[in-house]
Amino acid sequence: MLTYTIRRLVLSVPTLLFIALVIFMLLELAPGDPMAQVPLTVPSDVKEQMRIALGLDKPSYVRFWKWLLQIFWIEPKVFIDYLTSSTTLFGWLPDTALYERCVGLSNLDTCDYRALSWQTRSPVVDLVLQRLPQTLWVVGTAYVVGILIALPIGIYSAYRQYSWFDQAGTFVSMIGFSVPPFFSGVLVIVIFSVQLGWFPSIYDTTHTVNDWDSFVVQLKQMILPVMVLALQITAQISRFMRASMLDNLNQDYVRTARAKGLGETTVVMVHVLRNSMIPVVTVIALGVPLIFGGAIITEQVFKVNGIGQMLIGAIQANDLPTVQTLTFVFAFLIVMFNLIADVLYGVLDPRIRYE
Amino acid sequence: MSSDPTVPLEDSVVSVDGESAVLTRPPRSQWREVWDQFKSHKGALFGAVVFLLITAGVFVGPVIWRIDPQFLPQGRDFLTLRDTRPIYVALWDSGAKVNWAHPLGTDNLGRDMLARLMFGGRVSIAVGLTAMVLSLVLGTAVGVIAGYFKRLDGPLMRLTDLFLALPLLPLILVASLLFRDPLAAVFGTEGGIFILIVALIGITSWMQTARIVRGDVLALKEREFVLAAKSIGTRPGALITRHMLPNILSPIMVSATLGIASAIITESALSFLGFGFPPDFPTWGRLLNDGVDRLVSYPERSILPGILISLVVLSVNYLGDGLRDALDPRIRGR
Amino acid sequence: MKLKSLLMTSAAAAVSLAGMTGMAAAERGSDGEVKIIYWQAPSILNPFLSGGTKDVESSSMIIEPLARYNEKGELTPWLAQEIPTVENGGVSADLTSITWKITPGLKWSDGTAFTSADVKFTYEYCTNPDGGCAQITKFEGVTGVETPDDTTVVVTFAGPTPNPYGPFVGGESPILQAAQFANCVGAAAPTCTDQNFGPIGTGPFVVDEFKPNDVIVMSANPNYRDPAKPAFAKVTFKGGGDATAAGRAVMETGEFDYAWNLQLAPDVIAQMQEGGKGTPVAGFGPLVERIMLNNSNPDPARGDMRSVKDDPTGGSEHPFLSDPAVYKAMSMAIDRPLLVEIGYGQAGKVTCNLVPAPDAFNSTSMMCSEQDIEGAKKMLDDAGIVDSDGDGIREKDGVPLKVLYQTSTNAVRQDFQALIKGWWSEIGIDTELRNLNASVFFGGDPGSPDTFQKFYADVEMYANTFNGTDPQSYLGNGLCDKAPRPDTQWQGENISRFCMAEYDALHAKLRDTAGIDARAEIAKQLNDLIVQNGGMIPLVHRGRLSAHANSLGGVILNVWDSELWNVADWHRIKTN
Repeated sequence: MLTYTIRRLVLSVPTLLFIALVIFMLLELAPGDPMAQVPLTVPSDVKEQMRIALGLDKPSYVRFWKWLLQIFWIEPKVFIDYLTSSTTLFGWLPDTALYERCVGLSNLDTCDYRALSWQTRSPVVDLVLQRLPQTLWVVGTAYVVGILIALPIGIYSAYRQYSWFDQAGTFVSMIGFSVPPFFSGVLVIVIFSVQLGWFPSIYDTTHTVNDWDSFVVQLKQMILPVMVLALQITAQISRFMRASMLDNLNQDYVRTARAKGLGETTVVMVHVLRNSMIPVVTVIALGVPLIFGGAIITEQVFKVNGIGQMLIGAIQANDLPTVQTLTFVFAFLIVMFNLIADVLYGVLDPRIRYE
Repeated sequence: MSSDPTVPLEDSVVSVDGESAVLTRPPRSQWREVWDQFKSHKGALFGAVVFLLITAGVFVGPVIWRIDPQFLPQGRDFLTLRDTRPIYVALWDSGAKVNWAHPLGTDNLGRDMLARLMFGGRVSIAVGLTAMVLSLVLGTAVGVIAGYFKRLDGPLMRLTDLFLALPLLPLILVASLLFRDPLAAVFGTEGGIFILIVALIGITSWMQTARIVRGDVLALKEREFVLAAKSIGTRPGALITRHMLPNILSPIMVSATLGIASAIITESALSFLGFGFPPDFPTWGRLLNDGVDRLVSYPERSILPGILISLVVLSVNYLGDGLRDALDPRIRGR
Repeated sequence: MKLKSLLMTSAAAAVSLAGMTGMAAAERGSDGEVKIIYWQAPSILNPFLSGGTKDVESSSMIIEPLARYNEKGELTPWLAQEIPTVENGGVSADLTSITWKITPGLKWSDGTAFTSADVKFTYEYCTNPDGGCAQITKFEGVTGVETPDDTTVVVTFAGPTPNPYGPFVGGESPILQAAQFANCVGAAAPTCTDQNFGPIGTGPFVVDEFKPNDVIVMSANPNYRDPAKPAFAKVTFKGGGDATAAGRAVMETGEFDYAWNLQLAPDVIAQMQEGGKGTPVAGFGPLVERIMLNNSNPDPARGDMRSVKDDPTGGSEHPFLSDPAVYKAMSMAIDRPLLVEIGYGQAGKVTCNLVPAPDAFNSTSMMCSEQDIEGAKKMLDDAGIVDSDGDGIREKDGVPLKVLYQTSTNAVRQDFQALIKGWWSEIGIDTELRNLNASVFFGGDPGSPDTFQKFYADVEMYANTFNGTDPQSYLGNGLCDKAPRPDTQWQGENISRFCMAEYDALHAKLRDTAGIDARAEIAKQLNDLIVQNGGMIPLVHRGRLSAHANSLGGVILNVWDSELWNVADWHRIKTN
């Protein structure tokens, strides 16, 4: 298993580079213009000058190489500098100064030019780090809540198949999955913000939690988006859990375990559950990168302005460095979590072997 | 190979549709048994009836209800016929603007909602089913091959990672840039867009199914009965279709149900962003979306298409449940 | 609970500010916090690097120009003492230079003195060829900026300039602080993230925190020139979402005080207004929603020469849109008052003109507020364009009148498409509709077939406007040589490929004419020429509709400059 993991880790480097290249070519091929949102009152020759200032006159292979350099060489330097100067963990080390800041025209050719977003002209990685907290708060919470609700529902629905609980669960989860967040989001806003006035309809990203009262405020502004997202996640995972449990409940080994005199709880919660987890683990592992990817529509509806909103905004503004960097981060997470899922298969079912 | 996994699925769907045919002409005994089991599953029957009713409603309905969903009243009629409420609203609000000629009301431009719902349903059901089948076929094929043939596992799963990482919107932009006009030239504007949308939704949504199927196949192929089948010389093709597929049917069915819902919603998102059908071409997802702005004044404009989408998904879900039970010999024998 | 906490914060802010600046400034910051929502989020606070309206308007609270337009479109001195004119000697008699006098004693928010050197630096910053300045047209024709002393700025032009109020006037041309941006000139401009995110300005507010594409937190500028202003101590400027949500947050839930540019159907606005927490306000600039008519042939069979005017091999004329009977009938079939009622309500007016404002430039020679289907049919019949094969669609010389009608994705525009398609089908014109993503449609990507410049359609609908009050360069969008074509990478502003020698000659005359009355006369003639000769079908004169909370006072909607131009005067209305 260990050699398998190491081999997969090594293999993931060329995989990721290839994915980065494919994404880059896709973005190159896609029609679009970073100047599309500039008003029509700005003449086209000025827009052309602005495109040149963004570096769009350079051939695409030069731009791809520059981006690789920025992400794999300059950004790590910035990160190491940050570790040794501002963190408690490594702050005791002597301050490194690997990153050479650009100061005016004097050192423009030699300085470390970070990957800049075309919309904001600021380093993309800083923007991602700025957006991450609200995405993790909202989408992460929704995911954890969704899983915690979905697993028991799925298990019990399967165990009592076609009981009223199972029927109700099916009904609610199917409706939950069929109603898109652009509708359910607005619906809960109309009910809970406009009519009842209980919760805010707009998420305050500048809010900081430092005591109980501010935590309550944070909770209030999170409830609606978390509710909308958790409904979708619960619906999906509980269905897979239920289906997989049903498959296993009829297997011979369950009869054997019961015949051995094992308690019903042990049979269901240990034997059946463990064997039913493979599809569920797959779905959960596929979902984790999506947490970091944010939830595009829900974030827009509630103005959470997390990573999902950043990605859709960057795509609409044709901000290629931002789109490229964000999708690359997702690709990294996807590759890693699929690796974790593969390792977990082996743990859950020791018969699965990888050589 | 790629079409194999759906064969049992398709067959049984046909047997549901052609009810009388199956009953009058004795079919092969195995399918007869499957059908008997399916019939005894109340949920599945209910699902089949609802699904058939909705499908018939949207495909046959326009023959009876002959109002053009794109027709706008002209002149003075426009102001009197726009924004009418469904007639049931008159039950509790006697002052509501209702019109018996438009039982479900009209939209803000005076177009008949019933006609739009029926017309939109055709597109949505067609897109939902086709895209779902495409993504299931792709996902199951990739998953089974990757799980069963160790040599292909690495490349196929890395391909899956690649597709998972691709951003959907730029992909759609590129696809419509490259294929919209050639497809429109061959199949007409709407036909071309239909193929483009179905293909796009299909090839961007198979990855989850593929990963799930592969996970199950990895576990299954170490089971005793598979080893037994292998040892008596069953060939991989037969092994997969006879022994593997029936055992991984449940997650595939769940993927199918969820797939229909997400295909219908994705279609509406594409239209909303300007990549879908022409703007006067209603679909359920688009009607739902267009109604959101007027959710307080005219809730039915979002809620009716929402209910219809949910009903289709629910009925397909129960159908899937029934099929799975009917195809599972262990349950069938009980 | 909410009210109480609001009172608490405002009281706390007032106390802290009073303690800081003494009794004289007790008024400043006494009204606590104001919350503004723009559904397009600002990306950068340096308008020279962006050009987007959201960025120009958000930064206008921080950095300011020498003069602004007020809500009536009149020039108002801002950082300057007065508006230079020929009469007061500020503009030279030969119209080649303008001399601005800066108000003495102005301070930047960091306490340093505001001088003419900062103004000159701004000119150098924007005109640097490597900088990619979005507002460079403001400095068109400028040969130099001189600073005889700390409060005098002399701008010289290459030739006589009848309208010298381009540089340093209006929200698009604010003054940057030379000391802060000294290292950010030319190619180094994008590396100055801190400067671009927190410019030091002379405006009523200073940036405390800026999260790009999300939120700006600002506080009152302690060095603002009027010691009693601004009334608010803190501004939260939130961005993102959609117009519906922004309108709801102001008028229904009352979470925000001001929502920008609510492009929503009038019935939606009216329903929100029933929430009782806010009021919509509308103002009219020169924005016109119009249908552009393709004067070239968009037939796909023409390959590379599709939608290209003046193909030497011939066939570049549109098969039927070049016929006056066709485009006049198409215009007559449209019920403009109904379009206004459905789409814009109080934020729209019927117009037949390309230049509907300012009033002096608004031509009154055409009428179009009556729909005339019968007249349109008769006009087509008389021109011999009749339905000869009985399929309900008329033919001209055997070519059926089938048009492809494209526009960007937007709820109101799709309603307009459906309505106009209905009317055109009444008069025997078949319409195919297409809506395109705005970022593709308005993007200038020469590789995409769907841009509005390429115009691979027969007609297309969008809105356009001009900055300031002079339409000269806007009317220049109808000149023959500005038509997009392959050898200019499809760049160019003459979208309809309209071309008329008389128009070009008249526009040349406008460039040399001084005096507002004479200019207005020529501009009206140009307007009539392009509308009557098949350049476009104007539909609706669109206003800007924003909403403010009922408790927010001092809002004067200004469409000629930044909407937030007078944010220093905004205050909280005391209810008891």
